This record gives sequence, C-alpha cells and structure tokens, in this order.
Amino acid sequence: MRGPFASLRRIWAVVLKEAVQMRRDRITFAMMFGIPVMQLILFGYAINLNPKHLPAALVVEEQTPIVRTLVSALKSSEYYDFVMQESDPRKSGDLLARGEVAFVVTIPSGFTRDLVRGDHPQILIEADASDPAAASGAVGNAQAILTYALRHDLKGPLASLADKGPPFDLVIHQMYNPEAKTSYNVVPGLLGVILTMTLVMITAMAMTRETEQGTLENLLAMPAKPAEVMLGKILPYVAVGAAETAVILITARLIFDVPFVGALWLLLLGVAIFVVANLALGFTFSTIARSQMQAMQLTFFFFLPSILLSGFMFPFRGMPEWAQTIGEMLPLTHFLRIVRGVMLKDTSFSQLQQPLLALCAFTGVVMVIALLRYRRTLD
Amino acid sequence: MDAGLAIDVHGLVKRFGSKTAVDGVDIQMPRGEVWGFLGPNGSGKTTTIRMICGLLRVTEGEGQCLGYDIQREAARIKSETGYMTQKFSFWSDMTIRENIEFVSRLYGLPHMRRTVDETLEKLGLAHRQHQLAGALSGGWKQRLALAAVTMHKPQLLLLDEPTAGVDPQARRDFWDEIHELSLTGMTVLVSTHYMDEAERCDRIVYLAHGHKIVEGTVPEVIEKSHLATFRGEGAGVRQLAHALKGQPGLDSVAYFGSALHVSGRDAARIRSVLDQNSSGDVTWKEVRPSLEDAFISLMSEAGEDAREYT
Repeated sequence: MRGPFASLRRIWAVVLKEAVQMRRDRITFAMMFGIPVMQLILFGYAINLNPKHLPAALVVEEQTPIVRTLVSALKSSEYYDFVMQESDPRKSGDLLARGEVAFVVTIPSGFTRDLVRGDHPQILIEADASDPAAASGAVGNAQAILTYALRHDLKGPLASLADKGPPFDLVIHQMYNPEAKTSYNVVPGLLGVILTMTLVMITAMAMTRETEQGTLENLLAMPAKPAEVMLGKILPYVAVGAAETAVILITARLIFDVPFVGALWLLLLGVAIFVVANLALGFTFSTIARSQMQAMQLTFFFFLPSILLSGFMFPFRGMPEWAQTIGEMLPLTHFLRIVRGVMLKDTSFSQLQQPLLALCAFTGVVMVIALLRYRRTLD
Repeated sequence: MDAGLAIDVHGLVKRFGSKTAVDGVDIQMPRGEVWGFLGPNGSGKTTTIRMICGLLRVTEGEGQCLGYDIQREAARIKSETGYMTQKFSFWSDMTIRENIEFVSRLYGLPHMRRTVDETLEKLGLAHRQHQLAGALSGGWKQRLALAAVTMHKPQLLLLDEPTAGVDPQARRDFWDEIHELSLTGMTVLVSTHYMDEAERCDRIVYLAHGHKIVEGTVPEVIEKSHLATFRGEGAGVRQLAHALKGQPGLDSVAYFGSALHVSGRDAARIRSVLDQNSSGDVTWKEVRPSLEDAFISLMSEAGEDAREYT
C-alpha cells in the first residue's frame, strides 16, 4: 500500500485489532467502565475533609445548667459525638490511646462556681493529634462554639461576664503529636501503604506468570502440593517485606524525625502479620487473574480503597458508617492502628489485641480462599 | 486390573463445557513398551495424556496408571511419571543448571549436586549450564526438557509432540535417547505427527475427534485400513492431482515427494478412475500402502474437526 492514506489505513487496522482484543478481556472491560463509576460514588460520599461526628468521651464532674449548655453546644456543633460519659480520667485516657475516641472533654468540679466568680475556670479538651487533620476542625472551632453558647446563659447578674471575652479558659492538649505535624501521621501510615502495594502486586504476579508462560503445566505435573507452592512463593517476599520495613523505619527516624515511643517488638509483630496478610491476598489474586495484566488490575482495585478508606489519607472516623464498615475489612486499616499506636502513642499489646486479631482473621480467610482456588489441574 | 499394564484406562471422556474433547478412549498399554499416539491436531491426544497423568479431571471413565487410580491417586502418579509438555515449559529466565536443580529438589533426589552434574554431563550441556534456558534452540530445549523429566527415573514417560519444530538430526538423536530410556525398562507414550517416528514405536494408537480409530503395530494398522494404493510418476502428475481429487472411489490423493499416491478401498475402481483420467507421460503402479497413506485415508474418513479450543 502506498499513498497518503496507506498509513491511516494501517493505523485504523491496529485500532480495530485493539478494540477487538479489549472487548475479549472482560476484566479489563469491567475495570475501565463499571469500576470507575462505582469508585466515584463510593469515594465521593465516603471521603470527608472536614470530619464531623467524631467519637468523644465526656468527663463532667458536676451537673449545672451552664455545664449542660456547654455540653449540648458541643453536641449540636456535630463535631463531637459523645459516645461515653466517663468519670475516671484514667479510663478516658485509655480510650484515647486505643483510638476509640478522638477527644476527651473534661469539665472539672467547681467549674460553675469559678465561672460565676469570674475566675476563668478551665475546660480541657484532649485531642488525639496523631491524625492532626481529623482533630483540627473540632479543636479549632471549640472556642467559638462554647463562647457563643454561653451568651444566652450570661444574662442578668452574669451579663458583666459576657463583655470581657470568654469567661473560661479552653485548654487543648494535642496528645501524641503536640506540634500537629502531619508527617508523624503520614510516614508511619506509608509503611502500611508501601507494604500493601508492593507485596500484593508481586505475589499477584507470581502465579499468573506461571500461567502466562506455560510453566504452570510443568509445575502441576510435578509432585508439589498447593500449600507447598503457596508457602514457597510467599516466603521469599516475607524477606522483601522485612527489608522494606527496615528501610522505611530508618528513613522515618533519620529524615522525618518521627518519634518512636512504643515497643519495637510489638510493631514488628504487627508488621509480620500484616506482611503475611498481604502476601496471602496477592496469592489469592493470582489464582483468580488469568493474566499478569489482570493481576495488576485486581491489585489496584484493592489498593485504591486501601488508601482512601483505611484512614491513611482521610480521617477514618469522619467517614459515614457504611464506609467505615468497608474500611474495617481492609488489613491496612488495622495495621494503621497498630503502627500509629505503637510509634506515636506507646499503645500496649492488650490495647492492640483487636487490630492484631482482625489481621490474623483476614489472613486466615484469605489463605483458605487461595488454597480452594489453587488449581491442582488444568481444568 | 493387570499388573503388567502401565496404563489401563477405560472409556475416558473429557468435556469442556458442552464440547467433548475425548469421547470414550480405552488404552491398555503394557509396561516397557514404546507407543506412538497419533492423530490430527485437536484429536484429543494432549487431553488424553493430561488425564492419564492427573493434570485434568476425568469427566467420565476410570482407570489406572502404574497401578494408581487416575482420579484419586494423581499425586502418586505424578511422582512416578515424567511428563514433557508440548510447549517448552521450563523456566526461560532461569539458567539450565537452575532448572535442573529445581526439578531435582522438587523430587527430593539424593546427592543433588552430583545428580545435577551427571545430568548436565550426559545432556552435553555442562559447558552451557549457566546460560538461560530461554536462550537455547528448539532442539536443545527439547533435550533439556527430556533430561529434566527423566531425572527422577520415572516408570512412565509421557511425551507430547516432543519433536515438533525440531530439525531432522535433533529428532533422530532425540529418538535414540527415547529408545535408550526404553531399554532401561521405562514405558514411553509419545504423541507425534511424524510417520518415521510412528514407525519406531512398538504400537500406535490413532485418535480422531476424541475417538480411538485404530490401534496396532505398523503393519497391523496398514492392514486394518484395507487400502489399495497406486503410485503415479511423471511430468504431468501435478495437473492430474487436481483432476483426481474428489473423484468417487478415491479416499485420498496425496503427494509423496514428486510422486502422487492415490488410495482407496477398491483397487478395481481406482484403476478405472485412473484410466479415465490418463495422461500420456504418467505411469501408475500399485504399491504397498505406507503408514502415511493409511493415516491420510483415516483422516479424510473421519471428516472435518468440528470442535473448538480455548
């Protein structure tokens, strides 16, 4: 073929061929059209940059009309969801450490008396600043909310108090991260994100590569059991995960100056379970995908919610309930609780039992699926 | 079941969805023999071999391989058979030595280092052992694969078109090796498209459309085809071929080198067709049908293959 249109014709021939092949690959097709729409809706509703309804604990040592006014003002601001009323400050501290509440609001006894006297009593808000973004809205607006609420109560004999600015002192403790550095939150989280991405992807490729290159038939013809192949394929990457962890932790310390206040062994335990969970998941993907391309797509299909719904980028508690439920199913969500807890909060083993168990359960379920899906035959 | 049989399967059926790839194949193969597995592309040879060594589940039928049940004891069959796949299925991104080492570890062979060294030496690849397997030529790949699947001294060797795309000398060498292995008592089932290879087998099994059409020694198979074959030579043979194809009474019209072979069931009828289409300088002579004549005729009898492959 010659002439000016010959090249166009050949381009067209390639276009048609690509279109035919694209249509043949169902998973790719779904990835291109169905899944983006799903993700758009999912993440559009789930992600909230100004999180409200964050769980908070209330420590109130007296009940007076003024205290009730202040508490109801915080409630109606929608930033604070008082999920528990606590009288023991030690217990409330534990709730904060475990991440069950994002704030503890304390109004001490004698508050009303001191307020009326003009002694400027303190209201204490302890915020879990390990995620500064989550805390910022609620903390930043607290002063205005409380001052505004008191205006109605400061009438008659108390009117004079209202003119001299807020009649109380709002004390805010940014717990675990007093300078509210986002890197303290992001860098430990990145450990989880990087492990998720690399490990799931590598293992997802592992089995599909055998299928694609025709070596699977050979492997199946030799006397290796599914569990043996799975463990054999996963173990080398455990070492890769360990090396990655070391690099990230050292970088976090040397370059980002992230504190490490907790127990190293506890973090390593969490990392170990998390690494195995991701490898098992990757292996499961590789038993589902028919090509390396599909394995890659499945990995990204999993990776996106892991980043967006786990609490890595956006405050977990700020998401709607249903999005939190999805988030709870992702291993990264639980790992973030462990890594941030240990590094920033010195969370103890007993406080981390829940996320550790969740990771174990995830690993177990995924491994069973992988073994069931592993093809012993070529059928 | 007969203990002297390496393969003893009855009524093997394999369906993929609604497609039947293998439809009721029986094979009773004694230990120590070399059998050829023949048939057109897609006749079910590969599927049958895969069912025998436990790589595919059997839809219907039953049987034993080396005395083990092919459905329940696939793991034991795998450890005592060597299966060489049609497509080179060793790891191209590993060196020759690494491939051999991997196989010997998987089978738990004793004295691994020595075994691997010996295997490489015997294979004649000791000096290239650190090259990637993917860099080998087709013939060497096949020899590497054969060495790898026989390292654990299997009782049964299943070879699926081992010499496809291999040059004639390499094919000859490959077959010499097969016969050597057979002398050690190994049972060998080999699928092939080459007649010269089929003639080196003790017995041949011919499949078409998933059915076993014929089985026997080479003379038996030729005998069973009940063919009469005429060989025509001369300058005008090419023009004649076109005219003869499709004539009633002729099962096949095919070239053998520069000569034309015409086969059919009835010698007299062929003769009359040839007389009607005579051409001055072509001389016809009745010859003993070869195995290839028999197969071409079997193939045309079986009709067109209607199955699909994925």
